[in-house]
Amino acid sequence: MAYSKELLEHYENPKNVGSFDKNEKGVGTGLVGAPACGDVMKLQIKVSDDGIITDAKFKTFGCGSAIASSSLATEWIKGMEIDKAQKITNKEIAEELSLPPVKIHCSVLAEEAIKAAIEDYKKNKGNNYSEGDSEGDSDGDSKDDANEDKMTVKKHKKN
Amino acid sequence: MTVKLPIYLDYQSTTPIDPRVIDRIIDVMKNDYGNPHSRSHSYGWKAEELVEIARRQVAKLINADEKEIFFTSGATESNNLAIKGVAKFYATANKKHIITLTTEHKCVINSCRDLEQEGFKITFLPVQKNGLVDLNALENAITDETSLVSIMAVNNEIGVIQPLAEIGALCRKKGVYFHTDCAQAFGKIPLDVNKMNIDLMSISGHKIYGPKGIGALYIRRKPRVRIKSIFSGGGQERGIRSGTAPTQLIVGLGLASEIALNEMEQDYLHIKKLSKKFYDAVTALTHVYLNGDLEQRYLGNLNFSFAGIEGESMIMAIKDLAVSSGSACTSASLEPSYVLHALGVDDELAHTSIRFGFGRFTTEEEIDYAINLITKKVEKLRAMSPLWDMMQEGIDIKSINWKTH
Repeated sequence: MAYSKELLEHYENPKNVGSFDKNEKGVGTGLVGAPACGDVMKLQIKVSDDGIITDAKFKTFGCGSAIASSSLATEWIKGMEIDKAQKITNKEIAEELSLPPVKIHCSVLAEEAIKAAIEDYKKNKGNNYSEGDSEGDSDGDSKDDANEDKMTVKKHKKN
Repeated sequence: MTVKLPIYLDYQSTTPIDPRVIDRIIDVMKNDYGNPHSRSHSYGWKAEELVEIARRQVAKLINADEKEIFFTSGATESNNLAIKGVAKFYATANKKHIITLTTEHKCVINSCRDLEQEGFKITFLPVQKNGLVDLNALENAITDETSLVSIMAVNNEIGVIQPLAEIGALCRKKGVYFHTDCAQAFGKIPLDVNKMNIDLMSISGHKIYGPKGIGALYIRRKPRVRIKSIFSGGGQERGIRSGTAPTQLIVGLGLASEIALNEMEQDYLHIKKLSKKFYDAVTALTHVYLNGDLEQRYLGNLNFSFAGIEGESMIMAIKDLAVSSGSACTSASLEPSYVLHALGVDDELAHTSIRFGFGRFTTEEEIDYAINLITKKVEKLRAMSPLWDMMQEGIDIKSINWKTH
């Protein structure tokens, strides 16, 4: 099977491989797929207070198309507002990489990974501000996490 | 010494043709083009003589009589002919049961499935974790209605060698015929149809450095095994397989068989040396698992699961090596290999498997190159694998509630 130049480039020199601390403030983590199906994608975003994705990282267990799809997804969403990133579709990813039909599920997974990361970010944000804010649904367990996150917030502000 | 890329490590799929065989085939094509079934002139007689020499060469390699060898187009045809042929011939005697393994080649499994559609009863016997047949389970599966047991010698995906002599003895004791698909074994491990009580054996040319499109079926004469032929035609190959015998291919198979017999020990020692070096280096990468029994194995086939690395991305990463994935991920199906499944290998590990095949023409430089490349790429791909991270953190990936899709 011949893959496109774009796909091979993202596979051979993948962008944004790595991880963020998932408990860090502003980080959202999406973990989609299943090992038994041969694809697992972990996509993480770092979001600024004004809702811009400032950085993105991924790790993927999967075929070359899955790795390329996640690499492309992280490249695209960097610098994007989360509302806009939310609207990226698998079709756009599949077209950009010229995925063959049997590999379309890889782009679906990348779309799901972006959405899952944004959802996780929003959930974390809700929890973090739960003490004073009415936005979140608070629960007892999140208290320690929230404190920890406030410390990281301070560190970030210094930077 | 520089190596030619990509390095061919897919010897189970097919083998390069031995240059001695190529020369001989070309010679026959140039000079001996007669139809071996022509009785009226010397072109035919010469071709017939060549075919009969080849028949003896093939027979000798398995200690059979030349009259027991029938040329076919390859192991797929031989397997179809053996299984359907025996099943249909003995069906009238109320013997409508066949036993085979879940790990057999597709052509055996699908021949059996076809028979199932026609009302035959098929037992697909599971294998043990090491890929080998459970002889007690086999004995228990044989009934008064069983006509045939079909069990392959060397598995094409994982290389394990089934205990042919024990299976043969059991079948003889129970009075059922024993067919074995020897596509991956013929010419590579010692085979003796008499010592092993084999009644039918499928043979392939292109797995033993011979040409594609030629194979043979061994059918025992004493006691005689009867089969119903599939092709209608001129009654060539004594009515078993109609169609003009392809002289040049048959000569190629014959010579490849003779070389295999004379050089079996030499080939074995060469492959053993390369295989050991490769096995030691690859398993040193940790969390790499050999699929199938370590001891009962043809050493020219090593099928590994690389935990945390999906098979197809591995194949793309090591594109300087011509290998194949045990997983069927490259096809439209997302199902991992049915053979690994039958061994009870977890889906996530089955998706990480790669088969490496070595043979007569593999060099030590090629193995060194392969080891070096695999080591580098395993490191790279694991560094980008979320599953590898989880394994390093001691998270059991089975404990996670994955959403399968």
